[in-house]
Amino acid sequence: MAENKPKPKPKIQKESVPIPKQKPEERRRNFNEVALGYTEEQALAEANRCLQCPKPQCIQGCPVEIEIPAFIKLIREGKFEEAVKKVKEKNSLPAICGRVCPQEEQCQKFCIVGKVGDPVSIGRLERFLADWERSIDVKALRDAPATGKKVAIIGAGPAGLTAAADLARLGHKVVIFEALHLPGGVLVYGIPEFRLPKSIVRAEVDYIVKLGVELKLGYLIGRTFTIPELLKYKGFDAVFIGTGAGLPQFMGVPGENLGGIYSANEFLIRVNLMKSYAFPAYDTPIRIGKHVVVIGGGNVAMDSARSALRLGAEQVCIVYRRSRDELPARKEEIENAEEEGIICKFLAAPTRFIGDEKGWVKAMECICMELGPPDESGRRRPVPVKGSEFVMDTDTVIVAIGRTPNPIIQSTTAGLEVTKWGTIVTDENGKTSLEGVYAGGDIVTGEATVISAMGAGKKAAKAIHEYLMKK
Amino acid sequence: MYKILTNKELAPKIRLFEVYAPEVAEKTLPGQFIILIIGETGERIPLTIAGYDHKKGTIKFVFNEVGKTTKQLGLMKEGEYIETITGPLGNPSEIKNFGKVLCVGGGVMIAPMFLQVQALQKTGNKVTTVVGARIKDLLFFEDEMKVYSDKVYVATDDGSKGYKGLDFLKDLLFKEKFDRCVVMGPVVMMKAVSEMTKPFGIPTVVTLTPIMVDGMGMCGVCRVMVAGKMKFGCVDGPEFDGHAVDFDGLIKRQRLFLPEERLSSLLWEKLGGCSCGGK
Ligand SMILES: Cc1cc2nc3c(=O)[nH]c(=O)nc-3n(C[C@H](O)[C@H](O)[C@H](O)COP(=O)(O)OP(=O)(O)OC[C@H]3O[C@@H](n4cnc5c(N)ncnc54)[C@H](O)[C@@H]3O)c2cc1C
Ligand SMILES: Cc1cc2nc3c(=O)[nH]c(=O)nc-3n(C[C@H](O)[C@H](O)[C@H](O)COP(=O)(O)OP(=O)(O)OC[C@H]3O[C@@H](n4cnc5c(N)ncnc54)[C@H](O)[C@@H]3O)c2cc1C
Ligand code: SF4
Ligand code: FES
Repeated sequence: MAENKPKPKPKIQKESVPIPKQKPEERRRNFNEVALGYTEEQALAEANRCLQCPKPQCIQGCPVEIEIPAFIKLIREGKFEEAVKKVKEKNSLPAICGRVCPQEEQCQKFCIVGKVGDPVSIGRLERFLADWERSIDVKALRDAPATGKKVAIIGAGPAGLTAAADLARLGHKVVIFEALHLPGGVLVYGIPEFRLPKSIVRAEVDYIVKLGVELKLGYLIGRTFTIPELLKYKGFDAVFIGTGAGLPQFMGVPGENLGGIYSANEFLIRVNLMKSYAFPAYDTPIRIGKHVVVIGGGNVAMDSARSALRLGAEQVCIVYRRSRDELPARKEEIENAEEEGIICKFLAAPTRFIGDEKGWVKAMECICMELGPPDESGRRRPVPVKGSEFVMDTDTVIVAIGRTPNPIIQSTTAGLEVTKWGTIVTDENGKTSLEGVYAGGDIVTGEATVISAMGAGKKAAKAIHEYLMKK
Repeated sequence: MYKILTNKELAPKIRLFEVYAPEVAEKTLPGQFIILIIGETGERIPLTIAGYDHKKGTIKFVFNEVGKTTKQLGLMKEGEYIETITGPLGNPSEIKNFGKVLCVGGGVMIAPMFLQVQALQKTGNKVTTVVGARIKDLLFFEDEMKVYSDKVYVATDDGSKGYKGLDFLKDLLFKEKFDRCVVMGPVVMMKAVSEMTKPFGIPTVVTLTPIMVDGMGMCGVCRVMVAGKMKFGCVDGPEFDGHAVDFDGLIKRQRLFLPEERLSSLLWEKLGGCSCGGK
C-alpha cells in the first residue's frame, strides 16, 4: 500500500488508494458494476493526499469548473453533505460523472501530485460523495420563484438533463421530450450496466423530476412535433436541442449486411435499453456467437467487447486500425477489458465479410495497416499494406467505428444552420441561427464526453435564462 | 399510456385496434408507422398506421398475430392501456395526382393500403385496387376499397376467391396503362409485383418492413440495399423504389432472429399466455 518516501517539503503519498473492484474472473460473466467505490475510510485517506494548493491546477482541467480542493477539504472534515452541495453547485450529475468522466485527461491530468506519483483520485471522491448522498434522503433544491416561461428540451441525455435541471432551478417550466421510452441518452442505451448502473441514472433523473421538470417519453421531435410547432403552437418560449450523435456508421465493405453483424448502437441498444441479456424474460432477442470481433478502439468498442464477453462469448477480439498508443478509449477501461481476457489486434482493418449458406457471417478478411504521417485529427494515419490480407473466423461482428448526428431535427427545422458533418452551428453559449433555439452536447461537437455535454447544457441554460428574462 | 378503444377481429388472427393517441394522430399522414411497447419487459414493434382521426385524436392499426408481442397485444382488452406509442415515424407517402394508379395490397397490409387508396382517390387519381391474401377467409376491406376505387380485383394464393395468384396482373398491365403502382404486403409479393411492372416502366413504390428496434435511425438493423446504397428503412423509408430494392437481401435479414422469436412465442404459450401486459 501507500509508502512514504522521505521527500523535502510536503509529504506526499505517492500512491492513490485503489478502488475495490470485482475480480476479473468473476466480473467477466456478470453485468454487475465492476468498480465498487470507496468506503468512508478509503475516501478520507484519499482526500488526505490532496495538498489543498493555493493555486489549484485541477480546476482548469474540469469542464464545469468544480471547486475541487474545496469539496475535498469538506470530505476530510467529514462534512459530506456540504461537500455534495459544493460539487452540485457546478455539476448536477456527480454519480454519473464520477464513474464515466475521463478524469485522467481532465482534472487529474493537471493535479500537482501527479507530477510525483498518482494524481489525487478526484473522480473516485466525487463518486463517493454522490453514492453517499443517494444512501440518505435527497431534497430537491428549487431556489427561484416561477417565471411563467416555458422551455422545451429535446433529448434526455446529459446535455438535455443538465439544461433542464438548471432552468427548472431558475424557476422556468421545463418539459423534456425524449424519443426513446427511457430517459438518459447514451447513459441508458449506450454505457453498460457494469460501468454505470441504470439505477444511478434513474436516481439522477428522479432528482430532476423532483425539481418540477416534466418528462415526455416516446416523442420524436421533428416527427411528433417540429421545433417551429413547439414555439408557435405549443406555448414554448425557448427550445434546447440535445439530441446527441446517435447515427451509426458502417464501413461500406462487402458482406456488411450478413446476419451476425451489428452496429455497436444496435448491439448496445438491444443489451442495455431493451435488456436482451435477460431474454426471454425481456422480449428483445440478441444472438452472440463464440468468436466475437469488435471493430474500433473507442469507449464504444470497449463497452461492446466487454458486454459480448458477459453474454457468453468464448473469445472477444478488438480489431483496431491504428496501434495501442492511438486507442481513443479511456485507459482504465482498456486495462479492465484486457484483464477480463479481451484480445486486441492492432493495425488491421476489415476488407470483406464472408457468409455461410444461411446468410450468417462466418469469417472476416482483414488487411494489415502501417502508420503514415498524421491526419487532420493529429493521429497517425493508417495505410493499408499491399498484399497483407488475412482471414479470421468469426460468427459475430460489432461495428464500432463512430457515430454521427441524428439528422431528423435538422431536416425539419427551416433556417437552422448546420455544418457539412450535420452538427448544429452555435455560438459559445449554445445559441443557434434561430431565435430562441439553443443546442449543445454531441449534436454540436460531434461525439465527445458526458461532462462536455453537461457543460454545454449548463452554458445554454444560462443563455436561455438571460434570453427569457429579457424577452 | 395509450388507451385501447377498439379491439376487433377482421379475419382469423388479424385484428384492428383503435387507440387514443391525440399527439400522434395530429401529425399522421398516409404511409407512416408507429413503434409500440406493450409494457416494461416488452420489445419495440413497428406497425403501419391504417387510419387516423385528427378530431377524435385516435389512430388505427391492423396486425397479424404472428409472434409473442402481437399475440399478447391481441389479448388486450378495450379500455386497457399500451405503455408507449411513438410516432408518426417514417416519411409520409407521396400523394398527388399521378393519373392512373394501381394499388396492390396483400395480407395484413391491405389495411394501410386502404388509407393510400382513399388519399389517392381524393387527390383525383383513378385507382385500380388489388386485394390479395393466402385464402379467402383472410380477406377484408374488399367493400371499403370499392367505394374509393374504379375497379377492385381479388386474388388468393389457393384460388378460393378471385384470381389464383397474381399472374393475372401481367394481362392487366398489357391491357391497361398505369402511371404508378403502389404495393404493400409480404416481401415476396412486393418483389413479384415490382418485377412485373418493371418491363412496363411503371414507377413502383413498395413499403419495406425490415426488422426494427428504435425506428428512428439509431441502430441500423433496418438497413436495406436500394440501388446499391445502404438505406435505413425507418428514416429513409419505409417506402422505396421497388425496381431498385434488393428484396432477397431483405428477406434474409427479416429472418435473422427466427429461432429466438419462436422460442419467445413458444415459452409464452407454454406458460399459459400471460395476459399481464408485461407487468
Ligand atoms: C457506448 C458509449 C460509451 C461511452 N463512454 C463514455 C465515457 O466513459 N465517458 C464519457 O465521458 N463519455 C462517454 N461516451 C460519450 C458520451 O456518452 C456522450 O458524449 C454524451 O452522452 C453526449 O450527451 P448528449 O446529451 O449530447 O447526447 P446523448 O447522450 O446521445 O442523448 C441524446 C438524447 O436525445 C434523444 N433524441 C435524439 N433525437 C431526438 C429527437 N428528434 N427528439 C427527441 N429526442 C431525441 C436520444 O434518444 C437521446 O436520448 C460514450 C458513448 C457511448 C455511445
Ligand atoms: C415499418 C413496418 C411496418 C409494419 N407494419 C405492420 C402492420 O401494419 N401490421 C402487421 O401485422 N405487421 C406489420 N409489421 C411487421 C410487424 O412489426 C411484425 O410482425 C411484429 O414485429 C412481429 O412481432 P411479434 O413479437 O409478434 O413476432 P415475432 O416473434 O417477432 O415474429 C414472428 C414472425 O414474424 C416475422 N417478422 C418479425 N418481424 C417482421 C417484420 N418486420 N416484417 C415481417 N415479418 C416479421 C418473423 O420472422 C416471424 O416469422 C411492420 C413492420 C415494419 C418494419
Ligand atoms: S491539484 Fe491535486 S493536490 Fe492540488 S488542489 Fe487539486 S486535487 Fe488537490
Ligand atoms: S430501426 Fe434502428 S435504425 Fe432503423
